[in-house]
Amino acid sequence: MREGPGSARTGAMPLVRTADVNRTVDAVWRIESARLIAGLARLVRDVGLAEDLAQEALVAALEQWPESGVPDNPGAWLMATARNRAVDRLRRAEVHERKTRELGREIEIRGEIAEPDLAADIDDPFDDDLLRLVFTCCHPVLSTDARVALTLRLLGGLTTQEIARAYLVSESTVAQRIVRAKRTLSAARVPFEVPAHDELADRLASVLEVIYLIFNEGYAASAGDDWMRPELIDEALRLGRILAELLPAEPEVHGLVALMELHASRSRARVGGAGEPILLLDQDRSHWDWLLVGRGLVALERAQTSGGTIGPYTLQAAISACHARARVAEDTDWDSIVALYDGLAQLTPSPVVELNRAVAVGMACGPEAALELVEALASEPALREFHLLPTVRGDLLAKLGRREEARLEFQRAASLTHNSRERAVLLSRMAGCSSRNGD
Amino acid sequence: MRVMVLVKATPESEAGEMPSERLLSEMFAFNEELVKAGVMLAGEGIKPSSDGVRVKFSGSDRKVINGPFAETKELLAGYWLLQVKSMDEAIEWVKRVPNPDPGTDGVIEIRPVFETEDFGDELTPELREKEERLRREVEANR
Repeated sequence: MREGPGSARTGAMPLVRTADVNRTVDAVWRIESARLIAGLARLVRDVGLAEDLAQEALVAALEQWPESGVPDNPGAWLMATARNRAVDRLRRAEVHERKTRELGREIEIRGEIAEPDLAADIDDPFDDDLLRLVFTCCHPVLSTDARVALTLRLLGGLTTQEIARAYLVSESTVAQRIVRAKRTLSAARVPFEVPAHDELADRLASVLEVIYLIFNEGYAASAGDDWMRPELIDEALRLGRILAELLPAEPEVHGLVALMELHASRSRARVGGAGEPILLLDQDRSHWDWLLVGRGLVALERAQTSGGTIGPYTLQAAISACHARARVAEDTDWDSIVALYDGLAQLTPSPVVELNRAVAVGMACGPEAALELVEALASEPALREFHLLPTVRGDLLAKLGRREEARLEFQRAASLTHNSRERAVLLSRMAGCSSRNGD
Repeated sequence: MRVMVLVKATPESEAGEMPSERLLSEMFAFNEELVKAGVMLAGEGIKPSSDGVRVKFSGSDRKVINGPFAETKELLAGYWLLQVKSMDEAIEWVKRVPNPDPGTDGVIEIRPVFETEDFGDELTPELREKEERLRREVEANR
């Protein structure tokens, strides 16, 4: 049985090798799968079922396209195929008594499928469906791990194996997370919809958090001996950019994209050949990706001109932009950075923000002013085991010539960090404080 | 990975002929699709070679030659820089570029951009090995 419209010869490549078709299908999947699943989820009201149907269409493509050729509109072919499968399933399920109560839903679906108007699907409804899928994957009823896994799977189109490799966990862990996530959504009867206006801010915050978590997993990396995973950085950037076009009026979406573009612009400069971390101020800026810097600055401007109040992602991006605008570290506008941290401290007060602000104050006003601020943070319980507090303190003390005190701080910092490469850097700073040679 | 997508010139583009309304609006929509998919990094149309110059290099000699240039097939009319997962994805996107106007065939070339890994200054061999070992351990515990 031939499925889907236009799977005929017109414009399609005849006698395509199976290996070539597999790669083309992979590429089509990457481009189309999120929208496909989203459109199906709107029809069947269940993301798990929607993914199953999409996967069935994928299998059909792998089976049929080597013979029939790759269709002109692969996305439409997959959607039509998946919908036919949906109807098949419902027909078979009709036999079972328990499905009769869902007849109402089935009639609704049949009604939609009866319209052979694929052209109507190609417009805005897809964008709405994609947005519905975004909010569903990041629903607060799910744990953070579950949201991340589901987002990478349904929105990113990553395989279980790809997600597992990126997060350095087993495939079965990821598979279970995804299965449980779908079950949770079903059991909680989470509706497939965009949140209402009064809920939007909170729900959006959850979405942005998921994307930023994925980014940081790839960029800052959390495992013991960490390294960057560019595939996660790229995926987070892609998801962020997609979201920016789905919600162009939301400033924090642009703010997050700006932050990610700017951070990503430094990927090449922040790790040395031996894997050691290189501080921002020590980085070779000719290794910064100036294309991404430009994109980050454009996104920041979108955030700042979108109307509405400036949020924490936008502020963090603005801080990052101050660094990006300085061609050399000495040109950094530290006064602006301090002012931005003032704003951030008001929006999202936290000891870590205060610590970062202290560093900026140190650069803008001198180490004494900063040291006062840092001493005040010494009693913060949240920072007690945080290696950056003694690192910053040691740095300021060293600048003030108080080398022995600085050495002790770096020693403390080295004992607190879980990252072996950072420890090595801190130990060498310790040694630098003991040396008789001047700075 | 990044790819450069190079739109080759045609006699029409070199003659400065405007594309049809159909093509212009479809191109606009296509560019929007690239942006909405999060793959568009950069892209521009390039003016005909009659507006351009060449600089020829021989040792320390420089020679400037004004356009137009004759070998249309070697010239460019536009480019995109895309962020994609693979060449296959790039090919799939390029297949979706709108049909050229009747009587004007087109060629678009796709070339992968060198990444830092290509220059070998990312991870040292020892670290690559360490990373691979860790991945294998995790997979063995599946």
